[in-house]
Amino acid sequence: MALSLLLWLIALVVAASFAVKRWWLPQPINDHAAGFDAWFAINFWIAGFIFLAAQIALGWIVWRYRGRKARFSEGDSRLEIIWTVLTTVLFVTASVIGARMFAAIQFDPHPAGALRVEVSAQQFSWNFRYSGPDGRFGRTDVRSVNDAAGNPFGIDGKDAAGRDDIVSSALRVPAGRPVRLILRSRDVIHNFFVRELRIKQDLIPGMEIPFRFAAAVPGEYEIACSELCGLGHHQMRSVLIVLAPAAFDAWLAAQSGGR
Amino acid sequence: MASRTESQTPARPKSFWLRYIFSTDHKMIGIQYFLLAVFAAFLGTALSALMRYHLVYPEAKVRWFGLLWPDGAPGGVMTPELYLSLMTMHGTIMVFFVLTTVPQSGFGNYILPLQIGAEDMAFPRLNMLSFWTTALSFAVLCAAFFVEGGAPLGGWTAYAPLSAIGGIAGPGQGIGMTLWVVSIMLFSVASLMGAINFITTLLDLRTRGMSLMRLPLTCWGWLVTAVISLFAFAVLAAAGILLLLDREAGTSFFIPAGLIVSDRILPNKGGSPLLFQHLFWFFGHPEVYIAILPGMGVISTVLSVFSRKPVFGYKAMVYALLLIGMLGFLVWGHHMFTSGMSPYSAIAFSVLTLSIGVPSAIKTFNWLGTVWRGSLQLTTSMLFALGFVSVFVAGGVTGMILGQPVLDMYFHDTYFVVGHFHMIMGVASVLAIFAGTFYWFPKMTGRMMSETLGKIHFFITFAGVYAIFMPMHLAGLAGNPRRYADFAQFDFLRDLTSLHKFITHAALLTAAAQLLFLINLVWSWRKGAKAPENPWKATTLEWALPSPPPIHNFGHESPEVVRGPCDFSVPGAPSDFLMQHEGERK
Amino acid sequence: MSVMAAGTGRRVSFTGLYAFLATVIMFFAAFTSAMVVRRGASKDWKGTPAPALLWVNTAVLALGSAAVEKARRDLRAADRRKFNIGWTMATLLGALFIVGQIVVWRQLRQSGVYLNSHPGSAFFYVGTVAHAVHLAGGWIAMLYLNVRALRLQLGPGRRTAVDVTAIYWHFLGLLWVYLLWLFQFWGNA
Repeated sequence: MALSLLLWLIALVVAASFAVKRWWLPQPINDHAAGFDAWFAINFWIAGFIFLAAQIALGWIVWRYRGRKARFSEGDSRLEIIWTVLTTVLFVTASVIGARMFAAIQFDPHPAGALRVEVSAQQFSWNFRYSGPDGRFGRTDVRSVNDAAGNPFGIDGKDAAGRDDIVSSALRVPAGRPVRLILRSRDVIHNFFVRELRIKQDLIPGMEIPFRFAAAVPGEYEIACSELCGLGHHQMRSVLIVLAPAAFDAWLAAQSGGR
Repeated sequence: MASRTESQTPARPKSFWLRYIFSTDHKMIGIQYFLLAVFAAFLGTALSALMRYHLVYPEAKVRWFGLLWPDGAPGGVMTPELYLSLMTMHGTIMVFFVLTTVPQSGFGNYILPLQIGAEDMAFPRLNMLSFWTTALSFAVLCAAFFVEGGAPLGGWTAYAPLSAIGGIAGPGQGIGMTLWVVSIMLFSVASLMGAINFITTLLDLRTRGMSLMRLPLTCWGWLVTAVISLFAFAVLAAAGILLLLDREAGTSFFIPAGLIVSDRILPNKGGSPLLFQHLFWFFGHPEVYIAILPGMGVISTVLSVFSRKPVFGYKAMVYALLLIGMLGFLVWGHHMFTSGMSPYSAIAFSVLTLSIGVPSAIKTFNWLGTVWRGSLQLTTSMLFALGFVSVFVAGGVTGMILGQPVLDMYFHDTYFVVGHFHMIMGVASVLAIFAGTFYWFPKMTGRMMSETLGKIHFFITFAGVYAIFMPMHLAGLAGNPRRYADFAQFDFLRDLTSLHKFITHAALLTAAAQLLFLINLVWSWRKGAKAPENPWKATTLEWALPSPPPIHNFGHESPEVVRGPCDFSVPGAPSDFLMQHEGERK
Repeated sequence: MSVMAAGTGRRVSFTGLYAFLATVIMFFAAFTSAMVVRRGASKDWKGTPAPALLWVNTAVLALGSAAVEKARRDLRAADRRKFNIGWTMATLLGALFIVGQIVVWRQLRQSGVYLNSHPGSAFFYVGTVAHAVHLAGGWIAMLYLNVRALRLQLGPGRRTAVDVTAIYWHFLGLLWVYLLWLFQFWGNA
């Protein structure tokens, strides 16, 4: 009996702790995030229902079926088939719908007019590179890397295209415009994560991984490394600064002017 | 070879060393594994207590931290690298030396031969060798704490290049990491030896009448787990060798070209970090089924015995075990959704991952069907079994969310994952271990454990694990990354302080409550009430032997099995249970 | 020692062997897939051309298998003398193979091809060394049985061991043929 009460109490407290929404997803800042929230909510309700149903059923069974005589049964094929089919339908449907949402962000061709930014992750900081007025990224060479001199990307001084490249420790983007990141790592695996975008992507050394998003709501959003990269993993922080398009252009121009 | 007469039955070895230390008796070996794992569990729990404490009091000065770890906790303040190494060792110890050890090597070794009417495992000396290799593996792992640089800090998953480039990657990544890899290699070899033993024993040494479809579900759990181990650990061994070569021999299996670490350009040539992840998770996902399948077998048995009802849908349960075992090899990519793998592969893995939910759900329904309309006896063992069903569902439903890449792109590497795997793997398996311990302790020692102490332990533990791990899902919703040594650097993490404090207090309390189990175990072993041969009135063959069973169990008087393993409350039967060897052929 | 009903000792030995072979196959399958992935991921793939001695070693291994199989059949026909000769030859050929492999590795090193020269060579060394290690284990069993046989101490249990060892030897031969193909044809293509 005590077990039944405990099970029901747990079910209640767990349900309440989610329902209260005190610790919940942060504000979405683009369509993908909003779509994520909607799909997550559906999954959440289904999962929550299954969880509650199971706890209530268990509690009820424990309450009801003590002391009386057991009723012999070796199974019920019909029931087995029913719940197998129902479960299969549920899970397959969920995975198909989820797959379509996933495909939409993975397979879409890279939109024209995207702002290209290179991201370089290292133990334990982030750096971002814009191509500057010439629209071309300069060649990089690992031997040219010099953090102290402000060249974390290792931009090769001999390449003219690289002279106007803009390197920044924060990621500034214009609101509403697609951004195409090229993710690189200098040493170990890191991960680029912005909660408000609802996406994250590993940065694998030896690979250049494209990653696109568009942020609609101006503001500052923290970038948190999300793949264990060493003792400074918890300090590997940067910010995504979404600016109104005019403000972004002004910033970009100011950077180039200074060179 | 003619069969021997009774007077020729071998006696127990007289020497202390042969009887207790280098025993080839499966029962002694099972206890050795069990005791090793209990020690490992307490060590792993202590590590997690230290971790949780540090997370909410990162600046705390604790004198004995400084004494134990002068480099890792100078002035008594735990450094991030020490936190990460405690975390790495916590995961490694728990996954390998507790969850992969007790349910299979501990209970399996002791009980399996009894349940199939065999005298011992097929290869008793190989069995002894596999225990001592496991023990050596544990010693090598623990040695990492004591070497220069300390224990490794790359997590139990040890992703390359962090794990492959040696000491420049961070403290503990030098000798400590090498010892870790060697330990895991030894563990793999030990597990493979054990798997060969289990499979051969189950296929070849069943007593007359014990067809496969009359095997207790515990045996099915051990069989499928052994087959999974056979294939999975081979791959881990291969991955470990390649990793060791990258670390020590200058190869570049996993290390790409042109890396800069600590201002040094590494000389490696174009290896693939993703290759390591594929190899590791090809092992790693089946590993979690190794951790849970034997426990599922125990739960099926315990629920049936203490409801006085057959397992609901025995055949379906067997097929579900087989399906989980097979599908378990096809889903490893769901650990790598954000790694940069092909989206086509991701979708394929996702569909397969959610498909595993089906046999798991079938098992859950069948467990509920077993207790439905039963005559429940709420012994401590039964309480833990019911608790298992509860947490299995709680942990399992979040699998539906994490198995979808679009959702995983938010939740990967957050506390949502930590909550998920602790519930469905850590907690569920451990509750099954407790259920199995209370259930089989009488058979193994001839004494009963204290039900009072057991129930107190259960209620605190059951409430405690929910208090610890459900809030972690909330932290995950907020985007709280995992493997962070503290939460001071991010604005969004400071909001979660009260949540984490709650988790820590729950964790410390629940961890302390485990002492009740230890006390119960030790006290009952010496002073528990004497146990009858079949205190639970169960049907499987181990309950037809004295408690504890003599050497070679049934000897050559091994019984003939005439019925399935759960004939409870059969209408018209003389008693509410019929043992497997009892009565007329069915 | 364990008391088992007549015949089970033989049966479990074979079941155990087949389980062991399954895991060894999986082990080399893992290496194979690692090699395939690694080759696909890099532009710097070079094969490892084998010294001529490698082919000689292959022949030695094949002869060893033939000797083992003939010896096994002789034992079944209860011809202990022929068995002793055949088995001893197989043991010697096995030792010759291992020595030959060591020479191959040395020749490779002398021609400047080391473990860490390039990924192709790394896999070659790993694969051939792993094979040799497994073979050495089998060879120790072979040697043990050889000694017992020469001392006329081959009881029924050891006859099972002869069969098991023989099958394992043939398996290693087949595995070697596979590795040869993998490194010399696929890897050098």
